[in-house]
Amino acid sequence: MHELSIACSLVKTAVDEAARHGITHVVKVDVVLGALAGVELDALRFCFPAVAEGTVCEGAVLDIEVEAATGRCPTCGCVSEVRDFMNRCPDCGGWPLGVEGGRDMRLRSLEV
Amino acid sequence: MCATCGCGGPAPTGPDGHEHDHDHAHPHDHDHKHETKAPSGNTVLQVEQAILAGNDHIASHNRALLNRRHTRAFNLISSPGAGKTTLLEKTLTALRERNVSCAVIEGDQATDLDAQRIARTGVSVFQIETGRSCHLDAQQVQRALGRIDVPDNGLLFIENVGNLICPTEFKLGEHERVTIVSTAEGHDKPAKYPLAFQTATAVVISKIDLLPYLDFDLVEAKRVIHGLNPKAPIFELSSRTGDGMDAWLSWLQHNMQNHG
Repeated sequence: MHELSIACSLVKTAVDEAARHGITHVVKVDVVLGALAGVELDALRFCFPAVAEGTVCEGAVLDIEVEAATGRCPTCGCVSEVRDFMNRCPDCGGWPLGVEGGRDMRLRSLEV
Repeated sequence: MCATCGCGGPAPTGPDGHEHDHDHAHPHDHDHKHETKAPSGNTVLQVEQAILAGNDHIASHNRALLNRRHTRAFNLISSPGAGKTTLLEKTLTALRERNVSCAVIEGDQATDLDAQRIARTGVSVFQIETGRSCHLDAQQVQRALGRIDVPDNGLLFIENVGNLICPTEFKLGEHERVTIVSTAEGHDKPAKYPLAFQTATAVVISKIDLLPYLDFDLVEAKRVIHGLNPKAPIFELSSRTGDGMDAWLSWLQHNMQNHG
């Protein structure tokens, strides 16, 4: 359940950013999570309101965009979307794929 | 060009002006806002900051402290019961005979039982009890570093909370991340928890003395680990019998000599 820690870090980042700009109420917190970031989205959504309570983010919508990872097959060169590191090439079944991206966890923007 | 972080221009040497012997992204103030309008008419403030930047920042300071002491840190990650503490006990005892200075930070949800075991080897140890948390973070390790005798030209072992999922996202300031899987857990563990093996810099397959009694397919386990992480060396060992320990100990020592 490290999503609770991630929710705490997310809210702290948002609160610090809001304070820096004199913002007293955040409407939406816009987050980008890589598909391979090892974060359970439902757990993060569950934790967020509780952590945000009593802060400028209280009541804010948590908007999560999942950023895809891609994998290049070492055998046939096919590039495909990767949802976990064990995914095989959809064309020839090759594995392991040369995986790129999908590990980011970032606060993209605040709607205020 | 942003005067603080340099976006739109060449990167400055350090956003807050202090000396850098660590590489990291500083969370920092901007001298201007990056704003757009949402369709609703609300203002959208662009942030673009890593959610764990605060943790990563502290981790980089932990690592800088260790670098100044020429000590290498190893973050040990595994499921509960993979044999981390026993491996550590045997490793510390063997390294003492090789005149290598060590210290240990222990992480568990509750009790200092592991710290008591490590203390009996004569090594400086501090136990972090994480309570409800399922992983160590950089701040806990920062506090612990103030409570142990950090060796010079030595090795620091950080035994993470037994968990193959949560610790993988949290940097502690370690130089090496060692993921341990025991033969008793089954050879499919690396496939089921790939991130723990993909992010490791070395992998230990422990309890190999049990192989005759188990259906653990060593070849298959190594094939998957190697596929996930071709660069990580794999050490097959038994803490109980001592089989394979020499290669592990030599790797630790070479790691220290090559980078310390």
